[in-house]
Amino acid sequence: MKYLYYPGCSLRSTGRAYEESLLAVFRVLGIDLAEIDDWNCCGATNYMSINEHRAIAITTRNLALAEQQGGSGEVHIIAPCNACYMGLQKTKIYLDTEQGLREKILKTMEGAGLRYEGRVVIRHPLDVLINDFGLDKLKMAVKKPLHDLRVISYYGCQMVRPIATFDHEADPVSMDQVAMTLGATAVDWGMKLRCCGGSMTSTVPDVGQRLNYLLLKEAKAKKGDIMITACPLCQFNLECFQGKISKKFRDDISIPVMFFTQLMGMALGIPEKELGIHRLFVKPRPVTV
Amino acid sequence: MSDNQINKQAIPANWKPRIAAFFCNWCTYTASDLAGVSRLKYPATIRVIRIMCSGRLDPQFVTDAFAEGADAVLIGGCHPGDCHYANGNYKCLRRVHLLKKVLKQMGLEEERLRLEWISASEGKRLAEVVSEMSEAILKLGPCKVKQVVEHYEK
Amino acid sequence: MSHHKEEIRIGVYICHCGHNIAGTVDVTGIAEYASRLPNVVISKDYKYMCSDPGQVLIGQDIAEHKLNRIVVSSCSPLLHEKTFRDALVKGGLNPFFLQMVNIRENVSWVHTDTDDANLKARDLVRAAVHRVAYQKELTKKKVPVNPDVLIVGGGIAGISAALTMADAGKKVFLVEKEPTIGGHMALFDKTFPTLDCAACILTPKMSSVKKHPNITLWSYSEVSEVSGFVGNYKVKVTRKPRYVIEELCVGCYACVDECIFKEGKFPDEFNLGMSKRKPVYLPFPQATPLVAVIDDKTCIHFKTGKCQQSCAKACDRNAIDFNQQPEVKEIEVGTVILTTGFKAFDARRLPYYGYGKFPNVFTSLEVERMVNASGPTEGHVVLKDGSKPKSVGIVHCVGSRDEKTNKWCSRVCCMYSLKLAHLIKEHTGAEVYNFYIDMRTPGKGYEEFYDKLLREDVHFIRGRVAEVSDWATTSDEEGKLIMRVEDTMVGMVRRIPVDMVVLSVGLEPRDDAQDIRKLFNISCSTEGFFLEKHPKLAPVDTFTDGVFIAGAAQGPRDIPDSVAQAGAAAAQALALIDSGHVELEPNTAYITDTLCSGCKSCLNICPYKAIAFDDEKRKSVINEALCKGCGTCVASCPSGAIRQNLFEDEEIFSEIRGLFVESI
Repeated sequence: MKYLYYPGCSLRSTGRAYEESLLAVFRVLGIDLAEIDDWNCCGATNYMSINEHRAIAITTRNLALAEQQGGSGEVHIIAPCNACYMGLQKTKIYLDTEQGLREKILKTMEGAGLRYEGRVVIRHPLDVLINDFGLDKLKMAVKKPLHDLRVISYYGCQMVRPIATFDHEADPVSMDQVAMTLGATAVDWGMKLRCCGGSMTSTVPDVGQRLNYLLLKEAKAKKGDIMITACPLCQFNLECFQGKISKKFRDDISIPVMFFTQLMGMALGIPEKELGIHRLFVKPRPVTV
Repeated sequence: MSDNQINKQAIPANWKPRIAAFFCNWCTYTASDLAGVSRLKYPATIRVIRIMCSGRLDPQFVTDAFAEGADAVLIGGCHPGDCHYANGNYKCLRRVHLLKKVLKQMGLEEERLRLEWISASEGKRLAEVVSEMSEAILKLGPCKVKQVVEHYEK
Repeated sequence: MSHHKEEIRIGVYICHCGHNIAGTVDVTGIAEYASRLPNVVISKDYKYMCSDPGQVLIGQDIAEHKLNRIVVSSCSPLLHEKTFRDALVKGGLNPFFLQMVNIRENVSWVHTDTDDANLKARDLVRAAVHRVAYQKELTKKKVPVNPDVLIVGGGIAGISAALTMADAGKKVFLVEKEPTIGGHMALFDKTFPTLDCAACILTPKMSSVKKHPNITLWSYSEVSEVSGFVGNYKVKVTRKPRYVIEELCVGCYACVDECIFKEGKFPDEFNLGMSKRKPVYLPFPQATPLVAVIDDKTCIHFKTGKCQQSCAKACDRNAIDFNQQPEVKEIEVGTVILTTGFKAFDARRLPYYGYGKFPNVFTSLEVERMVNASGPTEGHVVLKDGSKPKSVGIVHCVGSRDEKTNKWCSRVCCMYSLKLAHLIKEHTGAEVYNFYIDMRTPGKGYEEFYDKLLREDVHFIRGRVAEVSDWATTSDEEGKLIMRVEDTMVGMVRRIPVDMVVLSVGLEPRDDAQDIRKLFNISCSTEGFFLEKHPKLAPVDTFTDGVFIAGAAQGPRDIPDSVAQAGAAAAQALALIDSGHVELEPNTAYITDTLCSGCKSCLNICPYKAIAFDDEKRKSVINEALCKGCGTCVASCPSGAIRQNLFEDEEIFSEIRGLFVESI
């Protein structure tokens, strides 16, 4: 099966390592990705509350482009960033269920010379790995099993909420399953879904940093060696402020935080350079040694 | 008048469809009562004829309804496995499959005959089905079978 | 209408139903319209047709205007057809000359556009006028009612119904799936709000069932087949092998003591897996019947065939029989009462409460067993490590009042949570927190019980608990379960560390409710509980005559309500039995010999084998006693030889024509 790939802007900036590792891993596993030509912003979380019509229209443009490029029948779009994943899902559901809105948006699309027929399926890379590719096949592809590595999976909010498709909305396990398949120990902890502060780390740093402190502290308390995420903003928040947080709370909470695809790449024996490991601030010692 | 002409006519203004509805006493008829008791709202398009089981549905009831002027026919029976009389609903399903073929040959749109499984507790479902169907038939316009029949009878 | 022998004289009555119909439908206009339809002699509208004066009006008009057909346009025939048929009889007319038009449930209550509603009402009345002209004189067939009754489910509802019926002198078959009767009530220690000892009030009833000469108790049994109709059901009950001869066993425990398993090894169902039992066991000391069971899934003899059978040797009454086979009992009963109960919500479905993950998160039923002196901890409320909890949080509405799981209120969890709070405090002296959404205590003495708890220093926090975690943020929280909740009284999020969490689980339909529903041909409401015939006026009847329902199988309810409902179901069954006979709707099919071509296509259509073939006459014959009146054969007869009373072809065709063709 061929998938269309929607990178989103984070994967071209702060989350570049996510894209590098995702593409490398999918290439090694033989999962075909074709980037959507001329894609634009997903609207992220904020735009929808400012101007719903415009927010949905710009997202629909991506879906319409995908349909055009993907040919007839169902078109599967992989959106790795949790915010993009949720934004695209939400748009599709709105278009599917709200007749009036759909008509307005379709008219807007016409203005741009585009058609949207509702043939797209929005997929998360974890969903594709587990449900299409299969963990058994992944297990066979592992070259360097991650034995003795305690992995803390941090899901953040938007992967399963408010729309849970491939994992449980209150107790997601997909990243843990992948970590276990790589040979690591998946650490069960109670904060898989707790907020990372989102953009508050820059707008209200006191609050944002405290939220990240709580997460990092619990990850340490559970004796995690490494945290993995599937969201560029979560990864950024958890990693970049570790120095400040440690100083502020007088507590050493340093722990490597990487994208789950980077961890996969290491277990699959892909060179670090191709996985963007060098871009991490907190070097993942336990894995690379 | 050819088959193709049967329905290719302009939809009169303010026209509203009339749908003959054959409902099983035990499920869909009871659901229609429940919809009433729950004060659910749906278009006043259906005209219910109560039968004890959807298995009682004689295919001629359907053809007759069209001939007399129904714009569509809705049949309501018990969910598979739930028939009050063991399996009358399956017999109904068989007949509806055949009827659909016959009606298609007569030039009728598929949407004009609908079979739905609606249990006694599904008043909401009943209201939804009637609303959906009314909307679909409204788009199709009046069924012209009656005119054709009258044309040939002359 | 030249083929009618008599002159057809129709009376049409349009009911206002107060404002219910008249508020939407132009009743006087419809009545005027109907007066101009063919054969209509008189047409009237009246405020309440179902009232005495309304019914008398029909009788008077029948006499005065020599009416011989009546159309009543009012509510659903399922509600008042009997009322108006009786009115025809009183007026000296055959009751089957009535046709009802449903302009309330099917028109005024569901439509808002008055023009459309009036048009529809007119069409429906016109159709009925056309149909009724063809209706025939029919008589109801009377069949005797078998006085025996089958009760399915031996919880408190089934036990109560069985004792009432048996005391009234009726023969009762009580069928229970488990090895003992008692149901959920047997698991409880105390009952709210009186704090009566559950066993003290239940076990005498259980032994009365066992001792009653009119009750046949079949435990460890299930109904496998049902046929027949009201007053005359044929039922097959499969008795599962318990490998112990019931008549010989005295429940002395010798076999249990001598089992080669020295200790219990398998989860004990009665203690919800909190203790272990052997493959041969008695569910609990007051089990009824007090007869051992051998579980063939865990018994070494059945698994390997290599057991020394020490249990059989230990039994000096030779009650153990490893060769027992399932036994099918065939019985005939006139009425059935279904009291199959509920299933407790599976707390694992809400992972954020940590049940199954944190050892000290329990369900309310588990705590019920713990506080019970004969339970797994001998009446001590303890943590998994055996120590007493110093603080306990009770979460209400787990799996209730929740869009994601069950929308309905369990009706019992407020009260039993209060009871558990009281018992836990009494047993341990712990701080007890109740987390509730609303306190619902509508019952005799219930609000007073709540008040009593408020004075017992139990904490009440209004808010739905968001999660139970082991994530400590302060040293006070280390090693505790932390309950995070929005306290909606204070308006802030609170974290409350406790040693033990109790999840007050809701009530759900049983997994086998759908199977039972199909067996007895009744309906379930959307959530899966058995559907009553009318929520207010026929709460224990079903749409299948002679089958009644009671207890939590019909919806969540507590013990007093279940007992009351069981009494109601028993009274309904007794009324049916004591009337001696039932009248069957005359809607059976019949064959017109001269038209039957003997093609036999009807023979396999009938699900009741009511159609036979007369080899001499080369024609099909319908056995009226077996026919249930579905009409499937009628629709399938290629030569139109099969007809159905009450649903004759010409009746339906004229109804169709009447709907669509203006006849004025």
